[in-house]
Amino acid sequence: MASNQIMFILFSAMIIVFSILTVTSRKILRAAVYLLFVLVSTSGLYFMLNYQFLAAVQLTLYAGGIVVLIIFSILLTSHISQNFESSGWKKNIFSAIAALTGAILAIITILEYGFTASTEAAQQVDMRLIGKSLLSVDYDGYVLPFEVISILLLAAMVAAIVIAKKGAPKKIVLPKLNQE
Amino acid sequence: MNSGIPIQYFLILATLMFFTGVYGFLTRRNLITILMSVELILNSVNINFLAFNRYLYPHKLEGMFFSLFIIAVAAAEAAVAIAIIINIYRRFATINVEEVNEMKF
Amino acid sequence: MINFSYTIWIPLLPFLMFLLLGLAGHKLKPKLSGLLGTGGLGLITILSYVTAFKYFFTSEKVDGAYQKIIASNFTWLQFTDKLHIDIGVLLDPISVMMLVVITTVSFMVHIYSLGYMKGEKGFERFFAFLSLFSFSMLGLVLATNIFQMYIFWELVGVSSFLLIGFYYQKPSAVRASKKAFIVTRFADLGFLIGILILSFNTKTFDFITLTDPMGTAIAQGGGIAFLGLSVMTWSMIFVFMGGVGKSAMFPFHIWLPDAMEGPTPVSALIHAATMVVAGVYLVARMFPIYALSAPVALNVVAYVGAFSSLFAAVIACTQTDIKRVLAYSTISQIGYMMLALGVSGYGGHEGLGYMASMFHLFTHAMFKALLFLGAGAIIHAVHSNYMTEMGGLRKYLPITHITFLIACLTIAGIPPLSGFFSKDEILAAAFHSNKLLFAVEYAVAGLTAFYMFRLYFSVFWGKDTHYSHEPHEAPATMTIPLIILAVGSVVTGFIPFNKLVTSDGKIFESELELMIAIPSVLIGLLGIGIAYIMYRKESAVPDKLAATFKYSYKWAYNKFYMDELYLFITKKIIFRYIAEPVAWFDRHVVDATMNAIATVTQGVSYRIRGFQSGQLQKYAFVFITGAIMLSILFIYLWK
Repeated sequence: MASNQIMFILFSAMIIVFSILTVTSRKILRAAVYLLFVLVSTSGLYFMLNYQFLAAVQLTLYAGGIVVLIIFSILLTSHISQNFESSGWKKNIFSAIAALTGAILAIITILEYGFTASTEAAQQVDMRLIGKSLLSVDYDGYVLPFEVISILLLAAMVAAIVIAKKGAPKKIVLPKLNQE
Repeated sequence: MNSGIPIQYFLILATLMFFTGVYGFLTRRNLITILMSVELILNSVNINFLAFNRYLYPHKLEGMFFSLFIIAVAAAEAAVAIAIIINIYRRFATINVEEVNEMKF
Repeated sequence: MINFSYTIWIPLLPFLMFLLLGLAGHKLKPKLSGLLGTGGLGLITILSYVTAFKYFFTSEKVDGAYQKIIASNFTWLQFTDKLHIDIGVLLDPISVMMLVVITTVSFMVHIYSLGYMKGEKGFERFFAFLSLFSFSMLGLVLATNIFQMYIFWELVGVSSFLLIGFYYQKPSAVRASKKAFIVTRFADLGFLIGILILSFNTKTFDFITLTDPMGTAIAQGGGIAFLGLSVMTWSMIFVFMGGVGKSAMFPFHIWLPDAMEGPTPVSALIHAATMVVAGVYLVARMFPIYALSAPVALNVVAYVGAFSSLFAAVIACTQTDIKRVLAYSTISQIGYMMLALGVSGYGGHEGLGYMASMFHLFTHAMFKALLFLGAGAIIHAVHSNYMTEMGGLRKYLPITHITFLIACLTIAGIPPLSGFFSKDEILAAAFHSNKLLFAVEYAVAGLTAFYMFRLYFSVFWGKDTHYSHEPHEAPATMTIPLIILAVGSVVTGFIPFNKLVTSDGKIFESELELMIAIPSVLIGLLGIGIAYIMYRKESAVPDKLAATFKYSYKWAYNKFYMDELYLFITKKIIFRYIAEPVAWFDRHVVDATMNAIATVTQGVSYRIRGFQSGQLQKYAFVFITGAIMLSILFIYLWK
């Protein structure tokens, strides 16, 4: 068994195990930490696929940014050791059935489809190429999505500030409807 | 680096991760954990893109750039989602989705 | 050619005054707004007199006939090249005469109202409405085309409605204003139909084209269209229907007596002197068509006029509310004018009736306004409308007494007062044309004298009534108009109308026909004599007479049950057999369909609203399950 296969099995196992832990853990802060492990393992996969830049982005942005953000918001909204009330078993079972069905369906489809690997020489992904492609207006250029994403980020930033801005929340008194 | 690992392995891994995320999305009650499930889903998609790119079209970069943009969108989404969550927490004093149900009939 | 373009200001000035008083009136002091309205009207009175003088004495005549002058005109609505509605000012003998009548009476009424309405709530509103009325009425008489006339015709209807309902807190006033509006509006429907038929046939709205005796409009009159009458006749009958409504002729007379709920100056201005003669004016305006192209319609005019005058005169003999007596007298006198038009021919001496009608319109405006204003002064002093509560007032109200007496003598046709001349002309015209109508009018002349002097004697003589407080003479603002109008009633009879207002604009010779004048004076004196015997002193004769002719008296007292008849027709027949089924259909079919739709929607949504649980994860579950199902369907089952 080659070393890369071992690494793949290791990362896969980590991803699957920690994913399941993330979505089942009773303690929210632990769930966040498990998510961090999943993301780090994912970046390992990226390294294996030879996308170093993306792996670095994954590490810094996801592991370093988003997870920290999530942990902050957990600290703002919950007690650290707060347990979830377990959701109803009915809901869990039905959700599990749906997820399993979907997964089986997808896996069957994947296995049935014969992928033919390309024989072309791999493109070397270096930073220079990424930067040039992002700002290029040629056929292979990505300047338009780049610009769109930058606008999106700006809008998201403004929106986040506006939404989370501390103003006296207007108390909306909603009429209680008859519960049938 | 990836010799001896068929593309199907990556795809199956991504599928499992995806449906784990879906399961989490459907069962967790805390809005923040729902957000985490969404992150899982996005990541699995990223893995898919990169696998396809590397195995089927190694001479191109579409998959990689797509993943890059997805990461950017995910970052934006997380920022806005957390702002919304904090606002909900302020208004309802809870982030349990089952209690935030003002939009019903 | 004299420039008459300034005449556009005659209707515009009251309109501006209406806007000013209506919009800013409550900011002004009541006295100031009253004076403003009166001043504006005084100005246009002077303008009208100047116009009349210039028109009759300095403007050029062609073939000895007064010309119709379009003083100003602009196209208001242009639909096609041919079809357009104009707004303008038309000057011809009758419109100039009406200018003088309207502005004079309106000015007098304005002055009078300064005293009469003093201290009333809504003083400036009253003057605003008076200005609106003056504007509409002047616009009506100066109209260059029949559509403009119709617009202003409705406007006078509106202002009449507003003024009758001036005391809107009084339910009876509200009822009366509604009644007046609905009845006249119903009649105006006929007017509109008439306009449409007429202009559809003649392709014009314009009065000058329409009434040109040599023109095509008149030539088109022939031909039988419907029920043995020509199109022109039908259209003229429909147009006359509008006139019947506005002039309170039988059978649309029922609104006028109730309209007396309005303030007395309003009754004097609108319901005696100006608006109610609009019907006469309308017929006079269309007269060449009536005379040359639709003689049957003209006969209808004559008989409706004659019947109304007799009918109203009989009712007037029994009423006790002085304003109602005057109202019925007005109907009767307008009946006279209609009859005079109806028996008239076109051109030369044939047009005697036309001239007489306009003459009577002119004199009637003076003496009837005087009578109403006098009645207002009496009511002002006694605080009652009923002559049973009056008597011996000559000691308390000397000026009112004298002026009222003059007015009564005028309407009774005693020479040399104006009523004598105009009534005599009408009788003469009727005599030469139709003996039956002459006989009716002759009797009405006697009745008129009787009921007027019944009123006069029982108010100013008769029994000495004890009043709760001493009646006192009205203030100068009220007595001065009385005096001016009394002078007017005396002297206007000497105006040579045959040289001024004639059917074809040309002068013709007419002299007093003693054959007719002497008997008419005699019957007037007879009426006065009977009234003197019955009402000079308190006597049992009237009651005895009433007891003898119990049923006929009761019928007349109850106005021949016309109101009841109308109520019967509307309530028992129209409401029950038309309105109620329609209402039933509306409620049970139209509404029910809508309700059924609503009920079904509500029921269905009530059942399915559970889907909208507000639970985010349920939605997500449904969505994901659905997506998986669709995938299975498309991948494995859809083959």
